[in-house]
Amino acid sequence: MNDLAWIETTLTGARPQAMGALLRYFRDLDRAEEAFQEACLRAIKTWPVNGPPRDPAAWLIFVGRNAALDSVRRDSRNTALPADEAISDLGDAEADMAERLDDSHYRDDILRLMFICCHPDLPATQQVALALRIVSGLSVREIASAFLVNEKAMEQRITRAKRRVTEANVPFGAPGAVERAERLAAVAAMIYLIFNEGYSASGGDMHVREPLCSEAIRLARLLLRLFPAEPEVMGLLALMLLQHARTPARIDGDGNIVLLDEQNRSLWNRDMITEGLALVDKAMRHRKPGAYQVQAAIAALHARASKPEETDWQEINLLYQMLERLQPSPIIRLNRAVAVLKTQGPEAALLLVEPLAERLSNYFYFHGVRGALLKELGREREARTAFDKAISLARTPAEAAHIRHQIDRLITDSKPKAKSA
Amino acid sequence: MLYAILCYHDEDVVMSWSKAEDEAVLAKRKRVQKEFVEHGKMGPAIRLVPTTGATTIRTSGNEQLVLDGPFAETKEQLLGFYLVDCENLDEVIDFAKRLKEGESCTFEIRPVQIFEEGVLPGEVKVAS
Repeated sequence: MNDLAWIETTLTGARPQAMGALLRYFRDLDRAEEAFQEACLRAIKTWPVNGPPRDPAAWLIFVGRNAALDSVRRDSRNTALPADEAISDLGDAEADMAERLDDSHYRDDILRLMFICCHPDLPATQQVALALRIVSGLSVREIASAFLVNEKAMEQRITRAKRRVTEANVPFGAPGAVERAERLAAVAAMIYLIFNEGYSASGGDMHVREPLCSEAIRLARLLLRLFPAEPEVMGLLALMLLQHARTPARIDGDGNIVLLDEQNRSLWNRDMITEGLALVDKAMRHRKPGAYQVQAAIAALHARASKPEETDWQEINLLYQMLERLQPSPIIRLNRAVAVLKTQGPEAALLLVEPLAERLSNYFYFHGVRGALLKELGREREARTAFDKAISLARTPAEAAHIRHQIDRLITDSKPKAKSA
Repeated sequence: MLYAILCYHDEDVVMSWSKAEDEAVLAKRKRVQKEFVEHGKMGPAIRLVPTTGATTIRTSGNEQLVLDGPFAETKEQLLGFYLVDCENLDEVIDFAKRLKEGESCTFEIRPVQIFEEGVLPGEVKVAS
């Protein structure tokens, strides 16, 4: 790897810790960001010459803080800064000082930085956009293209979200145990939002936006490193790894969705599956079940089956019931219907699905699942109506194409068969 | 003599590689290994799951403590290792140098003695 690539990776890696500490110093998001930017600029200048510092995050915090203090002083007194060369020539003395910076708060610093993006008043997409900007350091342009909106609109959205967050006045003291647990839960949810934004894009023609999934996994890994004994964080990371492992098999060469049953399982990423299974295993030892762990356990059962027929649907059904108890939701029940279909047949599954009609009437998957169940039961006309409804609610061309394919099959299947297979 | 070549690197850096970079590194290493495979010198290559998957057992007083996370928080982590059969240290060093050519990782060479062979079936030994 060349110098610049190495520096870029290091800056990205150190960003959450450095930004978290700078935010604690300045208690102002914009000032913290400016300070971090300045520190990065100086890193790009000095690291190739002086070599990388031993602790890049500490270096960035130290240099960023001083640069920002200088700029505060300059603003207030209008005095000139020292020559650029003088600042850029950061010798070992400064590095040593950086080492002595108090970094005992860094866990809570990073958690706070992530937590401020999770303000409950912010809609999900704004939480995600803000986190990608502040925690991950993606440019507004990159975020705008991930969300398929223009740069200006995204800029405004982020500015508004920042203002909201500033008004919220998240306390800067070290959080207590309860507060910390609440923050962790909110941050985990926000990371999963980022993942889902990438995994099932809510618009546009790219069904999978891979970089968002990878970024969510990176953030979850960071969170787990900070809180290594939290089973729900293990569950979250495992869940995302096990789902993301299937990405190469989810879309075929023509951009069509391939359902789990029909995926070429040899395309699944074995490294991610191994890691995901290991984390599920680790989390279970704590005997503190939570929604991410249960979902990860379901994903693990799929991952363990080398053929669809080997899937333990009975166990999946039980896990969905557990998930419903932890987190009652019509969408979870809809997912359970698939397990019920596999274990008890389409009639039982449809019985489970029908009562959800009112609450899920605008949900693409509801009509897709219902159509598929009706088709299984030979109720073709009703199936067709459900599929039509699903198409009208599809958010991506791949979703629409998938349902059209179902309808095509409905038509071919209902024709008298020319040859018996 | 048997040698282990232990591979250390910052796992954040390795995980930030693109798929193409990752594959290029693996392809280069495979090319170097080929010669050793042909000469019957190549043992298994082991890849370790990232340290967030680690569990540590320590003794504290009379108690066995099971802790989540790696044994030590270090800047660079043990990511995997190769087992090779070589004439002498020079041969391993030469092989290891070619294996890591162009990479910024660190290799540690440690002579190895098989203490007991174990009973794992063959397919476990070769699973990727």
